[in-house]
Amino acid sequence: MSFKILKKEELVPTIYRMDIRAPRIARKAQPGQFVMLRINEKGERVPLTIADFDREKGTITIVFQAIGKTTMHLSSLDENDDIQDFIGPLGNPAHIPKDETVILVGGGVGVAPVFPQARTFAEAGNKVISIIGARSANLLIWEKRMREVSDELYITTDDGTKGHHGFVTDIVKNILESGTKVDRVVAIGPPVMMRAVAGVTRPFNVKTIVSLNSIMVDGTGMCGACRVLVGNETKFACVDGPEFDGHFVDFTLLMNRLAMYQPEEKIAVEKYKCERQGCLC
Amino acid sequence: MLRRQQMAEQEPKERITNFNEVALGFTEEQAIEEAKRCLQCKKPKCVDGCPVEVKIPDFIKHVANGDFDSAIKEIKSINALPAVCGRVCPQETQCEKSCVLGKKGAAVSIGKLERFVADYERSKGMEVHSIPDFTGRKVAIVGSGPAGLTAAADLARMQYSVTIFEALHDAGGVLTYGIPEFRLPKEIVKAEVDYVKKLGVTILLNSVVGKIETVDELFSRFDAVFLGTGAGLPVFLNIDGENLNGVYSANEFLTRVNLMKSYRFPEYDTLIKKGKRVVVIGGGNVAMDSARCALRLGADQVTIVYRRSEEEMPARAEEIEHAKEEGIIFRLLTNPVRIIGDGKNWVTHIECINMHLCEPDESGRCRPVPTPGTEHKIEADVVIIAVGTSPNPLVPRTTKGLDITKHGTIIAEEDGATTRRGVFAGGDAVTGSATVISAMGAGKKAARAIDEYLKGK
Ligand SMILES: Cc1cc2nc3c(=O)[nH]c(=O)nc-3n(C[C@H](O)[C@H](O)[C@H](O)COP(=O)(O)OP(=O)(O)OC[C@H]3O[C@@H](n4cnc5c(N)ncnc54)[C@H](O)[C@@H]3O)c2cc1C
Ligand SMILES: Cc1cc2nc3c(=O)[nH]c(=O)nc-3n(C[C@H](O)[C@H](O)[C@H](O)COP(=O)(O)OP(=O)(O)OC[C@H]3O[C@@H](n4cnc5c(N)ncnc54)[C@H](O)[C@@H]3O)c2cc1C
Ligand code: SF4
Ligand code: SF4
Ligand code: FES
Repeated sequence: MSFKILKKEELVPTIYRMDIRAPRIARKAQPGQFVMLRINEKGERVPLTIADFDREKGTITIVFQAIGKTTMHLSSLDENDDIQDFIGPLGNPAHIPKDETVILVGGGVGVAPVFPQARTFAEAGNKVISIIGARSANLLIWEKRMREVSDELYITTDDGTKGHHGFVTDIVKNILESGTKVDRVVAIGPPVMMRAVAGVTRPFNVKTIVSLNSIMVDGTGMCGACRVLVGNETKFACVDGPEFDGHFVDFTLLMNRLAMYQPEEKIAVEKYKCERQGCLC
Repeated sequence: MLRRQQMAEQEPKERITNFNEVALGFTEEQAIEEAKRCLQCKKPKCVDGCPVEVKIPDFIKHVANGDFDSAIKEIKSINALPAVCGRVCPQETQCEKSCVLGKKGAAVSIGKLERFVADYERSKGMEVHSIPDFTGRKVAIVGSGPAGLTAAADLARMQYSVTIFEALHDAGGVLTYGIPEFRLPKEIVKAEVDYVKKLGVTILLNSVVGKIETVDELFSRFDAVFLGTGAGLPVFLNIDGENLNGVYSANEFLTRVNLMKSYRFPEYDTLIKKGKRVVVIGGGNVAMDSARCALRLGADQVTIVYRRSEEEMPARAEEIEHAKEEGIIFRLLTNPVRIIGDGKNWVTHIECINMHLCEPDESGRCRPVPTPGTEHKIEADVVIIAVGTSPNPLVPRTTKGLDITKHGTIIAEEDGATTRRGVFAGGDAVTGSATVISAMGAGKKAARAIDEYLKGK
């Protein structure tokens, strides 16, 4: 059994969207869950959030940034190519609130996993305020999709090329300070961003959910590679999460552990580039 | 009396530089000589020592006669995975412990003979003589470890149509992700799995039951379910520094090395920290395997830290012996107190305390007690925690009416019946970490019970 890439799209430079044929997973997928994939026999297993699913067509959409060996290799595949292993849906589904006002924050590639939550939250009758951010205007993804499911949409760019010049946290803070009653914040993106959002919401005592992207191997609770500290308790992000209360997450530990393989990751990327582009070394 | 045959092995100096199998197997002549040592006891004690009661003297007699085909038939009528059992059973506490020859001298090498016969069969290609006609009744098996594979093979032979659901991308359970290549070559596991497939069993990989489908949902297509989900949840020590970079659970370390083949990085993509000074905590097979893998990844020094003495070590005698030959340091009666980092989140040392043994505890083993004032540090850039595992809660959490104990093990009768009608369980999921052969025994019993259950339905 293998999993066919039915559609591939480069959303912005280095960020790709793929629709993968996986009918058994599509039947079950819920917002907030993720898949693990292994491209081929020699590949590693990497986790990617389910950015969308179509139960009728039997597809799962993933959106990923080509930052390392595996995601670069994935981005080089084309429509009709196969992925050897595709496992899911893993992790717990996101909690769907009712009649709440929710701020959804997506940073960089994190906009994609926020989207199915925004859509489901809106369908469940919540007021959805979305804030999406990127380093620069040309790196912003899924603005149109997000607009369709949001009551309000804010855009931020680090360099000011679009929307608010600054960080997503600035907008979160403005909204909370303006006195708008907010019941819940959901933030998905780089750990620094999630930590900053949790920091902004803490004094306002607004429940803040983050989705942790720790290093994973099996994704089923078997190895403990994904362990994180939440409220001083060890949790496995793959089975206890990936969503946790951001006010209790030890982000420093998360970031330290994400850096564990940096030297090896570099070797892997260099070897990959050598093989692809001819060796310069 | 004939002398026990010695099996050829790779020299320690050489084998620590590769992942090839350590023990090389008997030659035909050796196997026949060894088989001739068996006294063909009228009341063979050895059989009582084997959890699945392989007809040991019968198969050995065929070996002594040079009739290896009959020997393998004899074994396989009872044990579907002889190439595995011959290699990894703790024979010294099971069949060989009970062999009468062992009372005065050396027991018959039952395990090595079993291995020889299975390897002989594999070298000529395993055949399935008749593919059974299926009765139309369907059984779902969760987990493709020894318990699941054995239940599947037996049920297929009883003409049920069987589907195995396996969470990982390869079948075999611990045989694939845990036990290293140098002890159990993956080619052998693959051959055993292929044999089960040839019996008509379907294996669905990448299928996490409880996620892609729940047990309740399986009942819309299957008449009974067997849970052989193992005990794969790693236990940590809950001491300071356990989340430092460089600290692994044995499950993670072994999965990266064996399932993902990170020892072949960068040919394979999965990463592993190759420590120079590695400390492994624990005294079972898992600890020995971790230590010996770390050595083969290029460590200068590998130390096993175990809180009791060598007598209490649960590892197979052969593994302890091999580990010692390979130069692994044993720090017995030593317990870790905390793991120390360099201030930049990387492990540098582990602090331990000496232990002494007091009166036996409820497990019958001597209780270790710390000796105050004996704290000391051991240098380490990789620490591997191998102090046990418990069953994964994924299936019990998502299955109505399936009760578990406070240790997380599934509650089951002797025959595998659980508290949920139509659901049977066996292997490590029920007993907690045990042995390959006991998991197989449980799979066999459950297959019989499922047959009775479905006939009565
Ligand atoms: C539950 C979960 C869901 C995820 N969902 C997505 C997703 O939808 N899209 C996606 O692109 N990625 C997602 N990730 C992260 C993704 O799994 C990793 O980026 C991927 O493993 C990278 O593999 P690689 O070999 O290409 O890069 P590597 O060589 O493994 O990584 C390159 C470098 O990037 C760093 N890095 C990795 N991920 C991140 C990150 N998210 N933020 C900041 N730095 C990072 C690493 O520390 C490393 O230094 C998710 C992770 C988890 C645990
Ligand atoms: C490193 C190591 C070395 C060992 N050495 C020895 C030895 O030398 N001799 C010996 O006799 N014993 C040894 N053991 C113990 C022995 O391997 C186990 O007792 C035995 O494998 C248990 O078999 P099992 O079928 O119950 O479970 P496992 O072998 O654990 O198989 C369970 C399978 O179920 C799958 N699974 C779990 N949950 C799900 C789910 N929800 N959906 C789908 N699939 C699922 C898992 O992925 C796994 O493949 C060792 C164990 C380890 C870890
Ligand atoms: S299955 Fe194991 S215990 Fe039984 S005879 Fe074979 S080696 Fe001995
Ligand atoms: S007890 Fe020993 S000698 Fe007797 S039948 Fe068994 S293996 Fe042979
Ligand atoms: S990824 Fe292995 S336990 Fe979470």
